[in-house]
This record gives sequence, structure tokens and C-alpha cells, in this order.
Amino acid sequence: MLEVVLRRLFVMPFLLLGIVTATFILAQFTKGNPLVSIIGAKALTNPEVVAAAKKRWGLDRSIPERYVIYVKNLARGDLGVSFRTKQPVLADLAQRLPATLELVICAMIVGAASGLLLGVISAQFHDRAADHAARFIALLGSCLPIYWLGLLVLFLFTVQLPWLPGPGRLDLRAEQIEPVTGFMLVDTLLVDSWNAFVDAALHLVLPALVLGWSVTGIVSRMVRASLLDVMKQDFITMARAKGASATRVLVHHALRNALIPALTILGFTFAYLITGSVLVEAIFSWPGIGSYAVEAARALDYPAITGVTIIGGLGFLIANLLTDIAYAAADPRMRGAAA
Amino acid sequence: MKIGDMTAIPEPLLEVRDLRIAIPGRQGEHLAVANIGFTVASGEILGLVGESGSGKSLSMLAVMGLLPAGMRASGSIRFKGQEILGLPERQMRRLRGGRIAMIFQDPMTALNPVLTLGAQIVETIELHNPSLSSRELRNRAIELMELVAIPAPDKRFDQYPHEFSGGMRQRIVIAIAVANDPDLLIADEPTTALDVTIQAQIVDILNRLRREKGVAIALITHDLGLVAGLADRIAILYAGRIAECGEIGAVFQRPRHPYTAGLLAAVPSIDADVARLYAIRGTPPSLADRPPGCQFNPRCPFALPRCAEYNPEFRRFGETVVACHRAEELNLASDTADAR
Repeated sequence: MLEVVLRRLFVMPFLLLGIVTATFILAQFTKGNPLVSIIGAKALTNPEVVAAAKKRWGLDRSIPERYVIYVKNLARGDLGVSFRTKQPVLADLAQRLPATLELVICAMIVGAASGLLLGVISAQFHDRAADHAARFIALLGSCLPIYWLGLLVLFLFTVQLPWLPGPGRLDLRAEQIEPVTGFMLVDTLLVDSWNAFVDAALHLVLPALVLGWSVTGIVSRMVRASLLDVMKQDFITMARAKGASATRVLVHHALRNALIPALTILGFTFAYLITGSVLVEAIFSWPGIGSYAVEAARALDYPAITGVTIIGGLGFLIANLLTDIAYAAADPRMRGAAA
Repeated sequence: MKIGDMTAIPEPLLEVRDLRIAIPGRQGEHLAVANIGFTVASGEILGLVGESGSGKSLSMLAVMGLLPAGMRASGSIRFKGQEILGLPERQMRRLRGGRIAMIFQDPMTALNPVLTLGAQIVETIELHNPSLSSRELRNRAIELMELVAIPAPDKRFDQYPHEFSGGMRQRIVIAIAVANDPDLLIADEPTTALDVTIQAQIVDILNRLRREKGVAIALITHDLGLVAGLADRIAILYAGRIAECGEIGAVFQRPRHPYTAGLLAAVPSIDADVARLYAIRGTPPSLADRPPGCQFNPRCPFALPRCAEYNPEFRRFGETVVACHRAEELNLASDTADAR
């Protein structure tokens, strides 16, 4: 198993380089002029300003030259400076990534828990009314567009029924929390502000539900299918023949086996949520890398776009690695196997 | 006369009477088990023999109360004098793995792949003895592993099924079955999935269990050789009914049902010099399309018109009961040879 992990870690930089190259090339093909966001539309008529800006930001060099410079800087951990914010991209990302991670982790919990619950209900009541109901609920989350659902729940639960706070991570009127980890749930507790913690948690409810529900369907479908398959196995009959109760057979014998294939889906789900958070962040004014990516793309902010892509790619690779490790932990047959 | 009456022996351990098992189908229910009755005495080994689909495995699952969802059993299953068919799940759970245990056919699929073998043995002990400490449970499990001749049980305790060979796994399955000293062991083709040499070892273990622990065994198989080596009595099933049931020597020497005779004739012999192996012609009836009368009549070389008209009553010959219209007149030991 260790060998597998090491091998994965070894190829990671090469995969990232591939991602960087592809993003770099794709960004060059986009129509538009990044200078607009650097010096503003008005200054474009002034050739001296344009020439100075091009020189300052390296846009006077050829594309291959720019690529080599970028990769060299990247190797030193330098992601460049954003055209738009004029700050190092790394600093921008470090500031915004925790917000996205906090949202995605909560959404993951929502998606995994609801998917597991609905999947188990579906399998236990196979082809009966409860199964159909559970599948309908799960599928609905995958079908409803996030931008529509997001606006709907905002309207319902903050305007019509003022139960939950609106967009943002904290109430703007309340005392603002100095970021330490960037995770609002952690930072509020670090300053011992229980009220702010509750406020942050309540702000998370709607975006996490909307984002999490979008993956409930795939998780519950996987759990249902693999649980139905496992329940047909001989060792389930054997467990019952030992005198085990139906609950014990389900939890102790069936789920332990059924969750192994479901783990694969969770890994992919995590990566999907990181990219899928773009829409939710836009609707809920969430200051994460999703909204950063949208702004960067609008401004043709090449360093920022590539930076976000690298983070996304890295997230995907790490999620895959964690899936493999979890797989080995859950399935004794995988331990020691060089998969 | 019912078969249960005819084979009745004083206080049988298990008494199955008029057992019917219905399977729901597209056009109504089909009877997978049409009418089966037999008894197993304490410490006895009964061989249940029949082709796939003859109802032998389903009957035993009904005894365990583990019929697949949707199937319905009716009739009577008495264990130690108590009716257990339709017993509430809670009471049935106490019997399962306790007084009645089961050995499964395929050791490759009967063990949970994600749990250690030790944990799987311990589970069955703990379910029936919840007061034991974890040390006592472990010791008891290791004793059981020794009983079924697992080498170095202390080390093997924490291993997973995939680290064991098929024969070793079947020993674990047997250890789990006998963990709580059951009175009745249901062995569903316990050697079918194993190599021949391993089969002999498993037969040895079963024989020893009966001798040392006095456990009765209902041995489900289609291997007549296995039955001959292990069983005291034999029940031959055909299409969900008992064809013939009796003491093993009597049935093997003087089969009285043409199906029994056919089965015996189909066993290849190393002594006989034959050009072709004998096979019973035709195939068993499908559940949806049962023939009228005796279920075997379309394949029977001795069938008369009445065989297709009504089902034969059971006839008793000493220790043997037979369901055949012509049981009295046929001399199958020689007739079968002629019928070839």
C-alpha cells in the first residue's frame, strides 16, 4: 500500500504540469484583451501606457517564452501576480481557499449522509413505495439546477420565512472575525465567540444543503446498488444463520461491504464539489475560489485562472489518493495489493 | 397415510411433515416443494439427495427460517417436539446458530471478506453467550479452530478470509456452525466446492463431530458416494417430493423407486467395463409445468397409464418408504440393467 501511495505522489508533479500546460494553452486562445483589466479600457488608446503595461506584465514576450517563465516560477512555488487584484495569486488563493473548503466539506457531509441514508432506505425497501420516494428525492437534487435551487431556497428561507441568514459567511452588521485558519467555524471558536459560531453555521446551512443535495443522487444510487448486491451474498445468509438480527446483519455485515464501492464515488464527488461550488458561491456571495475563478475568467487574468486550475487539479489528485487509502483501510483484500 | 407417520421414530429431533414451499411467479405461485416429510433422530446423519431444484436446499432453509423473501412455507416443522414453522423471528434467532446450525456450500462466499476469521467465529459465540468476556470468546474461538484442525490458530485468528484456502475456509465455516454445540447441523453440499483430497478431510471432520459431540446432521448433497460414506439413512427427493426414504444399506442394495435405481445406475463404477455412462433420460419438470400424477412418470422406463393419472401413496417395505405405483412388482436391481 505504501508503495502505491509513494508512486502516486511521485507522478503528481507530472500530472500537474500537464494540467498547467493545457490551461496555459487554452487561456491563450480566448478572445479578449487582458490589458483591459490591467490598465482599464480608457488607457488602451494611449500607446505609451499600453507598451509600458505590456512590458511590466510580460505580455510583450512570445507565448512559448511566457510559458517557460511561468513554469520556472511555478517550480519555485510562485504562481505569479494577478492582473486584476495586483496581488500574488498564491496569497489570493490562500485567502479564499478555506472558505471554499469549509463549504465543500459541509456539502460533502450533507451529500454523503443523505446519500447513505436514502441508499439504505432504497435497498431495504427494494421496489416498494419507500424505495421510489427515496430515489425520487435523491434524483431531484441532481436534476434541479443549482442556480435555480439556490435562488429558490434563498427566497423561501430568508425572505418568505426569515429562518436563516442571507448570503455571505457572517452577518455584516456583527463584529467581524479576524481570519486565522480562514475556516469561519474554527476562527469564531478561537476567539471564543459562540454567537459568531452559530451565525457562521447558520450561514453555511443553505449553500451546503444546495451543494450537497446535488451529489445525494449519485451517492444513494451507488449505495443502493452495492447494498442490494451484497445482501444477495452467501455470507449475509450465513450471518443470519448465526442468529444475528436484521439490524446487525445490515450494519455489521452488509454496509461494511457495500460502502467499499461507495468510497470511490465519494472521492470523485469531492473533486466535483470543488468545481461545482462556483455557482453556489456566486449565488450566496461566498468569498471562495469559485467566485474568484469567475472574476478571473471575466478579466482574462491568466495567472489567476491557471492558479485556480492548479488548485482544482491538486484537489482532484489528493481526493483520489485519499480514496485509495480509504479503500485499503476498508477492504483487507486491498492491503498489500499493488493496485 | 402420511410419510411422517410411516417414518416416525420415538421422539425425533427434527420432524418435517407435509412441507410445501410456494414461490411467487408471473402467473401465480409455483410449488418448489410440493410435499416433503422426513425425520432426523438425535445423533443421526440423514442424507438428502436430489438434483438441483428438487427442493432439498429450500426445505432446509425453511427449517432455518431463512427462506428468501417472497417464498411461503406451509406444513409442519417440529424441532424437539416444538413447532418452529412460523415461530416469531426473535425466538427463531435463538435457535439459529444455537440449537440448529448450518454449513454452507461455497466457503469462498460464505465468509464476510472484510471481517477477520476470529471475529466471525467470535460473533456466533457472542450472539448466544452475551455474558462472555472478550478473552473467553477468543479462547473459545481458538479451541474451535483446533477442533477443525486449523494449524497455528492463535496466529490465524486475526487473518482475513482471502488469506485462507478453500479447504481452510470450509473448516472455519464448520467451526462457526458447531460453535454453540448445536443439536442439529444442516450441511448444504459441504464438499461440492472443494478438491477431492480436501473433501475427504471435511468428511472426516463431520464424522468426528457426530462421534464426539453427538450432533445430528442433515446432509444435503447430490453426491451418492458422500452419502454412502457418512449417512445412516437417505431421503431421495424428486421435483419437490420424497421419492424414497430409508436406511442407507437397504436403499442402496434394493432401490424400490425407479428414480433411485436410475441415480444409482448413473454412478460410474471403476469395475464395470461400459462403453457409455448411464444417464436418466429427459430432465426434471419445470415448476410452472408439472406433469400430472407421479412427477417422474415422463422419464420413467416403467411408467404405466395410471402413473400419469394420480400421485402414488407411500408404501412401506421394512424400514423404507417409497412413492411408486409399481414398487411391489418391480425388481429394480435387475430391471434397470435390462431397461438400458
